[in-house]
Amino acid sequence: MRELKILAVVVVFTLITYWGVEPFAHSQMHPHVEAADYQFKDVDGLGGLKGDAANGASLVQANCTACHSINKEGFPPVMDDATAAASYGVVPPDLSSSGKLYNAEYLAAFIKNPAKASKVEHKFVDGRVHPMPSYDWMQPQEIADMVAYLQSIAPEKMTNKEVFTDACQRCHGIKYGDMKGGSMAAKTPNEHIKAYMGKLPPDLSQYIRSRGESYLHTFVNDPQKHLEGTAMPRVGLTQEAEQQVVAYMQEVGDSKKAEREALGPKFLIYLVIFAIFAWLWKASKWRDVH
Amino acid sequence: MAKFTKANSVGEWLDQRLNTTALNKVLMTEYWIPKDINFLWAMGVLLATTFGILVISGLFLMMYYKPDVNLAFDSVNYTIMQEVAYGWLFRHMHGVAASVVFLIIYIHMFTGIYYGSYKQGREMIWISGMLLFMTFSAAGFSGYMLPWGQMSYWAAMVITNLFGGVPIIGDALVVWIRGDFNVADATLTRFFMLHVFLLPIVIMGLIGLHFYTLRIPHVNNQSSEDIDFDAEAEKYLSGNKKESKVIPFWPIFISKDLAVLGIFLIFYFYLVFFHYNFAMDPVNFDPADNMVTPAHIYPEWYFLWSYEVLRGFFFDVGPIKAFDIGLAAFGFANAIFLLLPFLDRDPAVLPAYKRPGFNVWFWILMVDLIVLTVYGKLPPTGINAWVGFVSAMLFIILFLVLPIITKADAKKRGA
Repeated sequence: MRELKILAVVVVFTLITYWGVEPFAHSQMHPHVEAADYQFKDVDGLGGLKGDAANGASLVQANCTACHSINKEGFPPVMDDATAAASYGVVPPDLSSSGKLYNAEYLAAFIKNPAKASKVEHKFVDGRVHPMPSYDWMQPQEIADMVAYLQSIAPEKMTNKEVFTDACQRCHGIKYGDMKGGSMAAKTPNEHIKAYMGKLPPDLSQYIRSRGESYLHTFVNDPQKHLEGTAMPRVGLTQEAEQQVVAYMQEVGDSKKAEREALGPKFLIYLVIFAIFAWLWKASKWRDVH
Repeated sequence: MAKFTKANSVGEWLDQRLNTTALNKVLMTEYWIPKDINFLWAMGVLLATTFGILVISGLFLMMYYKPDVNLAFDSVNYTIMQEVAYGWLFRHMHGVAASVVFLIIYIHMFTGIYYGSYKQGREMIWISGMLLFMTFSAAGFSGYMLPWGQMSYWAAMVITNLFGGVPIIGDALVVWIRGDFNVADATLTRFFMLHVFLLPIVIMGLIGLHFYTLRIPHVNNQSSEDIDFDAEAEKYLSGNKKESKVIPFWPIFISKDLAVLGIFLIFYFYLVFFHYNFAMDPVNFDPADNMVTPAHIYPEWYFLWSYEVLRGFFFDVGPIKAFDIGLAAFGFANAIFLLLPFLDRDPAVLPAYKRPGFNVWFWILMVDLIVLTVYGKLPPTGINAWVGFVSAMLFIILFLVLPIITKADAKKRGA
């Protein structure tokens, strides 16, 4: 009985210390932020308009393909990644999957005013302009048509890796994704991305461990929430696409998760058996001396 | 040379040459431990086991780890964690054990303080134990740096900077310790050597010394009763096991240790598999970057209390700089436990609950250490800075008044 009392004291002191240096300290150092908004309620989006994909096709092909490739529809990139990055600061995205990755409201708002929708207007002052021009001179219906076209050509299904590649890899590398082949490096060469973003965007290999899943969700949804003034744009991913991005980061950064979770319970069962036998042995030995 | 006859068994063959029977008696079956002990006395065996886990898992990690600033981070986070079969298991075992070992050390230490196990004849047990604690701290710190993560890099920067406070030679000392003007490759390589060779060897030597110091004064017990070990041992050997106040180390004492160890291992491996994060600061999964400081710099949890004593003095007093006062307090905090046997002026060995003044002192110390630990991690701004100051002052005052309190306790008892 006395030993249980002592154990209780030890456990209580340990738990108070643990609570203080982990949950409590982290709640103090990382203030709570609002939950992610996947509806993008704050943007000037479609305004309830329904688009016509056929009309959108000719608009996109006339206005967008000078800079953007749409590989799926037979519009290859006009220049290689390095040259494109030198021209624009960053490699422009291929539009084949945009209709799937990005929220339609966000996409419409982005076409109208890219810097505003992606919340990076603070970067484009003193005569600097966003590499993509604003299309707010177009009719709202035309913008809705373009969004409808992009959605119509988007693939039904994409793997986690494909989503990550299209959404993140223009700026971010994730080298553990292909450590030996090197194919998961950022597409924009370092010197250009550094000039464009102000600093080299971090490699994301270990971000699932250094930031954790819930931080990544709120961060990707709106980077300004956690890092006010950051150069990273709000990319406007749908909830599904964002989940795929984080899932890919987990596959790469914590690739042995399944193995760990499979082995853990077996280890613990063995140890419980060991503990039972140890207590039985103890009882048999101490019977002689008490 | 002694006469050797033909041995009838391997045991006998060894006994003739190594006297294993006598050795076994001295170390195991006739090494006497008081019967009146509780599970807190099993912490020694838990520590030995945890140290064993650290050495073995460390050997496996060392096979793949690269002590080079360009390779270190990836060798840990990619090679060991993803490529090597069960590398993640060894890393988590090592990382979690490095943290848990300090929890057990602290429990072991405060058990000793509570039951007065550092006093009158047992001073060397205490001193060798504190030396072990210091060496473990150095090993923990040098190992923490090896994955070359962002937090460990900046923690190393802060800690090595402290030596700059040493009068006259400070600046040169910092450069000498780092091997460079900055925490850089030279620092990493030498910390690697310290962590994998020099400090473990010293720890093993100190563990030997710590065991040896127990031999003559013997282990203390729950009521701190002064036992005549020879007389009690004779009782035990003559078959009077129930009346004897002592038990042999093997198999009686160890059977209880193993039972406690069983529970401990469940707890430990639960952490390894399902809660390894607590022992690994997330910031350390960002590679070290000497151009960007983390938002908050703090050491691992087991150093937070002394870090907070260092930070607690945040204002200059007259011509003395806050940094120098903090440094002196930090030095005090790290050395004062070593002197505990000499600060306690009570001539009797008694558990805290039989010494009213000391009992209060003990629990205030425990609470103060927890407050220091928690506030050591929080940003030292606003009210936090004052909590840090008050608890750091309290820590120092507690040790200054200890001789008076213990003497008063003895006087009240009429000793």
